[in-house]
This record gives sequence, C-alpha cells and structure tokens, in this order.
Amino acid sequence: MLGDYSIGDLGAILAMQGFAGLILFSVYVLMALGLAIIFGQMGVINMAHGEFMILGAYVTWMTSNAVQHFAPSLFPGYFFLAMILAFIASGALGMLVEWALIRHLYKRPLDTLLATWGLSLILQQAYRSIFGAREVGVELPDWMMGSWPATDSIQIPINGMFVMALTMLITIAVAYVLYWSKWGKQVRAVVQNRVMAGAVGINTEKVDCYTFGLGCGIAGIAGSAFTMIGSTGPTAGQLYIVDTFLVVVFGGAASLLGTIASAFSISQTQSTLEFFLSGSMAKVITLLTIVGILMVRPQGLFALKVRK
Amino acid sequence: MVINSRFFNRSELIGFFALALVLFVILPLFLDIFRLNLVAKYLTYAFVGIGLVLCWGYGGILSLGQGVFFGLGGYCMAMYLKLEASSVANTKIQSTPGIPDFMDWNQITQIPLFWKPFHSFPLTILAILVVPAFFAFIIGAAMFKRRVGGVYFAIITQAIAAILTILIVGQQGYTGGINGITDLRTLHGWDIRTDHAKFILYFVEVVLLFGCIIAAQFIRLTKLGRILVAMRDQEDRVRFSGYSVANFMIFAFCAAAVFASIGGALFTLEVGFMSPSFVGIVPSIEMVIYTAVGGRMSIFGAVWGSLLVNFAKTSLSESFPQLWLFGLGALFIAVVLAFPNGLSGIWADYVQPRIDRLLASRKPKSAPGYVADGAPAE
Repeated sequence: MLGDYSIGDLGAILAMQGFAGLILFSVYVLMALGLAIIFGQMGVINMAHGEFMILGAYVTWMTSNAVQHFAPSLFPGYFFLAMILAFIASGALGMLVEWALIRHLYKRPLDTLLATWGLSLILQQAYRSIFGAREVGVELPDWMMGSWPATDSIQIPINGMFVMALTMLITIAVAYVLYWSKWGKQVRAVVQNRVMAGAVGINTEKVDCYTFGLGCGIAGIAGSAFTMIGSTGPTAGQLYIVDTFLVVVFGGAASLLGTIASAFSISQTQSTLEFFLSGSMAKVITLLTIVGILMVRPQGLFALKVRK
Repeated sequence: MVINSRFFNRSELIGFFALALVLFVILPLFLDIFRLNLVAKYLTYAFVGIGLVLCWGYGGILSLGQGVFFGLGGYCMAMYLKLEASSVANTKIQSTPGIPDFMDWNQITQIPLFWKPFHSFPLTILAILVVPAFFAFIIGAAMFKRRVGGVYFAIITQAIAAILTILIVGQQGYTGGINGITDLRTLHGWDIRTDHAKFILYFVEVVLLFGCIIAAQFIRLTKLGRILVAMRDQEDRVRFSGYSVANFMIFAFCAAAVFASIGGALFTLEVGFMSPSFVGIVPSIEMVIYTAVGGRMSIFGAVWGSLLVNFAKTSLSESFPQLWLFGLGALFIAVVLAFPNGLSGIWADYVQPRIDRLLASRKPKSAPGYVADGAPAE
C-alpha cells in the first residue's frame, strides 16, 4: 500500500492529512466548547446542540445572501458580521430554551436528554419548513478561496487556516471569560455549590440562563465556521452530536483543557486513519478506541478532583 | 395458577386482560391484514419497551443503545432467512450461486465464517438470545464495575449504537450495507410473505409478548426487582448493605438486551427485512420515547406507548408529513415536563381513583388502591 509513494510524497500526504485533521479539530473544538460549558459545567445533556450550530450556519447563509444583495461592496468582510449575528441568534434561542424548558429539569439530567431531543426534532423540522430540505452552501469571498502553497507538494487551504485562527481566538476568549472574569467565577461557584453560591448573593437562576445562552451562542459560531468547510442541511447537526459528546466526555467533562486535548487526539486519529482505511472504518476504529479507553478510565483524560 | 392475586394486583390484572382482549380479539377482528401487520411491527418495539421498563424505570439505567440489541436480534434472524433464501437453486444467475446476493455484488465468493452458524435454525434462536446478552454483559461489566452510570452510560451506549451503524453500513459485503438484508422468503421452508403467514406470525408474536410481560413481572416481584428499585433511589445505601450493585445492574441491562433482541428478530419476520436504520441513534432514542410516553414504571404502559406513538406516527406522517415531527417533538417535551410517568401515570393519577371510587361506592368494602412503585428516577 505504501510502496507506491516516495518518502517526500508520504511526508506531504501526512502533513496535508494532519492539516485536514486540524480543520476537523477546529469544528470539534468549537462545538465541544459550547457543550463542555453546558454539559460539563451545568450537567445538562443538550441533544439539540447540533441544531443550535445549524442555526448559526443558516444565519451565516442568510447574512451572506443579504450582504450580496444589498451591500455587495461589504461582501469581503461579511463573515465577521455573520459570526456576531450567529452568536446572538443561537444565544438568544438558547436563553429562551433555558427559560422555557431546561430550568425545570436541573434535577433530572436524564430527562433533559429526552426533552432536548424533542426540541431538536422540532428545530430540524422548522429548518426544513423554512429553508427547504436541500443543503445550502455559502459563497466565500475571494480572499478566503484558494490555498497557500507551503512547499511544492503541500497546499494549505486558506479557509481552513482562517477557521483555525478563529477557533484559537474563541477558545482563548472562553477560557478568559470562564476563569478570569467575575461572571465566570460566578458560573463556577454555582456549579460547585449551588446553595452556597446563592447564599453569598449570586443570582443562580440568572447565571444558569446566561451560561446556557453562552454555550448555545458558541455553537452558533461553530455553525458559522462550519459553513466555510461544508454545506448546511436541516439534519447536519445530528451527524456531529455524538462525536461532540464523546469529545467532551473523553476530555473529562469539566475541563476545558481536556476538551481541547481530546478534540485534538480524536480528530488527528480519525484523519490519519482515513488515509489508510476507508472513511467508515477509520471512524469505527476511532470511536471504538475512545469507548474502550472510557471503559477503562471513565473520568476521561483530565479529571477534576472534586470531593462528592 | 400463575395469575393469582399475588402475582398481579387487581388493577394490573385488569390491565393484563384488557391488553389481552385488545391484542388477541379486537385488533385481529377489526383490522385488515395490512393494518394488522403494522400493529405487529409496532409491537416489536413493545419488547424493547418492556426491557427498558426493567432497566430504566426500575433499575435507573438509561440505555440509549437498545437499537444495538434490537438490531443484533434482527440481523441474526435476517441472516438465517437470507441463507435459506439464497439456496443454489434460487441464486443460479449469480456468478457464485448459493451465497446471498449482496455478497455476490461485492465480489465475495465464500460465505464468511460468522455467517456459517446461521445455516441452522436452533443455532439462530440460540444466537438471538445469547449474542445480545453477551454484548450487554461485556458493556455492562466494563461500565458498572467502575461505577459508571447515569448520563455517562447513556452517552457511551449511544456511541456504541453509532459505531454499529457505521460498521454495518461500511462492511457492505458482509452485512448488506445501508440497504440491509432484504428479499427474505421462507422460515424453515414456510413462506412468510403470504397473508396467512402474517396472520399466524402476529399471534405468535402476541403470545411471545405476553411471555415477556409475565417474565418481566416475575423479575419485578422477586427480591431482585425490589433491589433494583432500591438501587435506583439510593445506590450507595444498597451497596453499603452488602449487595453487589454492579451485578444487579448488569443483570437488568442483559435482560433488557434479550427482550430487545427478541423484538428485533420478530421485526425481521414481520417486516421481511432488516437494515441499519433500525440500529442507530435515532431509532434507539425513539424506543426510549415509546417507553417514556407509555410510562417508564409500567410494563403495560410500555406496550401501549409503543402502540399509540407508532400509530400516531403512521397516521400523522401519512396525512401531515410536515406536522409529524413537530408533534413528536412536542410530545417528548410534554411527557418529560408534565407527565414524567407517562400514560400509565396519568391513568394511575386521574382515571384509576375514579374507577376505585365507583367500585367502592357499589361495594361497601373498600378496594385496595393503586400503589405506585415510587417516583421516577432522578
């Protein structure tokens, strides 16, 4: 199998496969960040997370169409506007859902799973009714097209690099918000001891609502980034939800660093294996490995030591 | 006598006979064979539902991977039927006669080793019962011995469902791929496609269903059932009392797996094919929903839930394909938010007291009320 390639070719293939893995890594990280906040911090299983992501993707698609139609001169920069709108749309929907649905279920985590699954069905059908069942793709501005030739045989797509840079920025922003801002401290206090946090004057209900909204908003940004590498359909979110949950669980639910490390190892394993095996077998082996490791080490890679 | 006042209390006895009346008499009398076959298809999910009542309602273990066991049972049966349907005489136009058609399309010239046992009917039946139990044992032993439960267990079983689906779709030559195993004809020489056969299969299925109901009721009433409930509500206390919590959980999970597998095998017989679309995450969660709608604490509720939700699904998606998913989604949310004990909870809370009052006013001696087995698991 390997005999047909020279050493240089192999190196180039590995580099490009690795880069493809990095793009997958970015999508995983963006989706998993939102989920790590919602699932890791709040303990809510949000099966509709993929649908929040797709909402961001549709918002991006609509923005791109609107900008193209009304203000073609701004088209090269529409993406930044779209991202902000996606964050606001998904975040607002998330806060609405928290208020209407989730806050009644904090004591029954398994039931949040069923209720949000129902929500995901409703959202999917809503997308289908509004946007149609066909997948839509956004048109990229010129500067994102094409690729950057690193060497003669290695080509790196520019939109991929953009997504990665974006992922890094958002990760840093989330880490800052959660670990250094006053609000982040409140979130972590509520998670660690809800009653005591309430006793020292934190409005726990408000914190819950904003935390859920933030997680969903990041999912919206993930969807926005997702439009640059794939097309968007009503059920595209469902394809990623299990992977994302595995990323979060594998990393250790309450650890941001763990989430990033596990997203990296999973995406790299999968994209490297994809070159040697068929796509489906690569996925099967990756998932089996994760499940196997989780059976031996259920707390994930980076576990917080908390006394219960 | 098996059915005495201790085995079923009064209201359960009414439920038992009501269900028997509907399934054995009313439905076969009033439905044509096409609709009866649909009911038979819905009832295969009731097997999964009964398993889920044991494992989720009583044991507190939510498995989102029951489709795996449903699929294992279904595929075992489908492999047997497929081998019988691809005799040399039936497949002489293929380049390699005597192997299933999809293997021939995928340039496989020999029946793979894991298909070999399915030439024999007794081995197939054995496989339907043993293979899922074996898998459930491995998964359960690995997880419960390390005290993984609740949410993590749900997510990992879900991942397993995803893995099995991808594997089946990817290994087209060995499993039939995304189309599944189709074109099944005879069971041990008996044509299963005729209306007459479908009628008989329906009754076989209902008898098996009642067998499973009685088995589940038996498990529920033994000390084991009590320990399951205790474990769900206060796991640590049961552990500190000296019980091996993990072993009881493994048992409940294995029992649920076997029930699901029987349902899957019957599904193949009733519907005439098996495909990965009944294995993955979506069908697995739907099976949980049937149980939740019927009532996670009630064995009969699970049967009614599978029947009613599927009936609504078929009739709504026939006439309002757009609205159906909205309705289904709203149903999940409503059941979880407002009626955590499902239909059987509504029955026990609102209908049963009235019946009791009516009966009590007729008879001076007060009838024993319905005693629920506790609140839903947190």
